[in-house]
Amino acid sequence: MSGAVDTGVAIRTNRVTRTFIYLFLLLFALFYLLPLAVMLINSVKPLSEITGGNMMALPNVWTFEPWREAWSSAQIGVQPTGLRPYFINSILIVVPAVAISTIMGALNGYVLTKWRFRGDTILFGMLLFSCFIPFQIVLIPMARVLGMIGLAGSVPGLILVHVVYGLGFTTLYFRNYYSAFPTELVRAAQIDGAGFFRIFYRILLPLSGPIIVVTIIWQFTNIWNDFLFGSSFAGQASQPMTVALNNLVQSSTGVKAYNVHFAGAILAALPTLIVYIVSGRFFVRGLMAGSVKG
Amino acid sequence: MGLLDISNVTKSYGAVEVLHSVDISVDEGEFLVLVGPSGCGKSTLLSMIAGLEGITSGEISIKGRTMNGVHPSKRNIAMVFQSYALYPNMTVGQNITFGLEMHGTPKPEREDAMNRVAEMLQIDNLLSRKPGQLSGGQRQRVAMGRALVRDPDVFLFDEPLSNLDAKLRVDMRTEIKKLHQSLGTTIVYVTHDQIEAMTLSTRIAVMNKGYVQQLGTPKEIYDTPSNVFVATFMGSPAMNVFPSRIVVKDGAPHAAVTGHDGVEQLLRFPQANLAAWDGREILLGIRPETITDPEGADRNAAHIASLRNHIGVTEPAGSDTFVTMTLGGRDAIARMRADVTVRAGEIFDFAVNMDKAVAFDPKTEERIQP
Ligand SMILES: Nc1ncnc2c1ncn2[C@@H]1O[C@H](COP(=O)(O)OP(=O)(O)OP(=O)(O)O)[C@@H](O)[C@H]1O
Ligand SMILES: [Mg+2]
Repeated sequence: MSGAVDTGVAIRTNRVTRTFIYLFLLLFALFYLLPLAVMLINSVKPLSEITGGNMMALPNVWTFEPWREAWSSAQIGVQPTGLRPYFINSILIVVPAVAISTIMGALNGYVLTKWRFRGDTILFGMLLFSCFIPFQIVLIPMARVLGMIGLAGSVPGLILVHVVYGLGFTTLYFRNYYSAFPTELVRAAQIDGAGFFRIFYRILLPLSGPIIVVTIIWQFTNIWNDFLFGSSFAGQASQPMTVALNNLVQSSTGVKAYNVHFAGAILAALPTLIVYIVSGRFFVRGLMAGSVKG
Repeated sequence: MGLLDISNVTKSYGAVEVLHSVDISVDEGEFLVLVGPSGCGKSTLLSMIAGLEGITSGEISIKGRTMNGVHPSKRNIAMVFQSYALYPNMTVGQNITFGLEMHGTPKPEREDAMNRVAEMLQIDNLLSRKPGQLSGGQRQRVAMGRALVRDPDVFLFDEPLSNLDAKLRVDMRTEIKKLHQSLGTTIVYVTHDQIEAMTLSTRIAVMNKGYVQQLGTPKEIYDTPSNVFVATFMGSPAMNVFPSRIVVKDGAPHAAVTGHDGVEQLLRFPQANLAAWDGREILLGIRPETITDPEGADRNAAHIASLRNHIGVTEPAGSDTFVTMTLGGRDAIARMRADVTVRAGEIFDFAVNMDKAVAFDPKTEERIQP
């Protein structure tokens, strides 16, 4: 039967293309994983093995000394503190900044879609515009503002900066998500007697899971990885992890302790990595939901 | 003054006026249906009663208290939305009691009210489900439960049955009617389905393009439509409206009607004041069910006129047979008994019940009052 032959061909071509696809994917995965592998391998080697040998070879002697050193005793700038205090700084900056910008973005999105007012589209346009401003332009004005309100060189100052520049994105996310949210629900709740905030946290927020995850991941990675604002606005005591990592790599005198640098770099990347692994699923799902509905 | 008074209310969006000076008074226990084609302003008027839309000018009052500027939750109204607008994150029970909770009713009372309503609507086995796990009809019941539990002064329904399939729609229609009869509540109900309007209402407001065209009982609307729009909008199949001319003969007004062959036939009009229109054009309105075979004519009718015409198409519909013909140059439909024997193309003597015929002024399209 010709039908049988046809399906046979279909399956065969299917198999061939599949093999190609998997090969291709494998290649890309290797390409992206290689740097991480190199970093991991070399972060558990003594320095002598790196300088005297092959970067790709597995260690002869396994040691976690570089990790310990990077974390708690490496020379950062002038102090031998390791990255720990800066890691804590980063946490102190990122957590409030993400929380505040997400909550405010959600409120903005709620107001811009469900409590429309004259000029709301213009306001939203202006907020959106902030997503496109290159940050270098705002460095000097921002420094002036931070100085005037007395937050220069402090953790709260950095939180403020990150909240201000994250607001455009968080508002965009929530506005698009809520614009697909049925307005009749809000009207029904109004008739039921719920006020502005009650409608928000009893009805909208419980249904905002995917977009909250998306916003948190976006904000977390952006703020955690920020170097420009951190190096521009932080004081000695408020430097984030990225700046400290730079100092660690730059300031070592004499021989470069590559193994310590690798360990430090992994430590700096770890939180975003964890956030992606834990909630990456939701990220994709949330982006899709937003795009399809919005 | 009624329970709900809408006096001289207009609504504009920017420069566009979408409702023009609406005046409706609803008495306690009435079932008022707002009916009209899409975009005529029914939902807008309902939203204004609910307080979800502002009032541009005029006044809406409930129980004599003006509602202009009063928050929706303070009007003691309840609304059922077209999409039902059930809170997807809450269970059926929470959906029903959310309004009571917002109004600070203590928990035991809320539960009592919920159980009472759930039993009445036969949704007591669904109370712990989420709206996503319900069928369309069940959602509709929950939406009604949410409205009923509040014991409001006025119920507002915005096309609550339009998302249901045909059979369920008829069932729910009956149920809403029963509910209204047993509870005696005041209801304002929006629909674009004229059958729903006729069957449910105690009074109908027919709207078009932001104007209330006619306000009256279903019988008034059906028998004495105030203009051509109301005449053709209400009733299915629609009333036949076609050009005709008044001829006075033997001292009585007759409508001169041309059939398929262009020959004028005179149908005697009982409406004596039409003699003043002698020789002038009118639009004649005749409902399909008043054109029958002579045996099927209404025995109580005082003026049965005979009309000889070609039969165009016959459409047996089970309970009736629809016959199309040409009258005054337009297609007209007659609704005959199912077992009548007529064949396409033959010439037939129809009986027309002129008691039910209406005459319209062709210029204004308003009914010529008797
Ligand atoms: N926010 C608005 N801005 C401008 N015009 C509006 C607005 N809302 C409604 N309209 C207009 O008001 C008119 C009445 O709308 P409404 O929703 O009341 O119609 P409807 O009778 O309920 O129709 P349907 O049967 O389709 O629901 C329409 O012409 C509509 O375009
Ligand atoms: Mg509507």
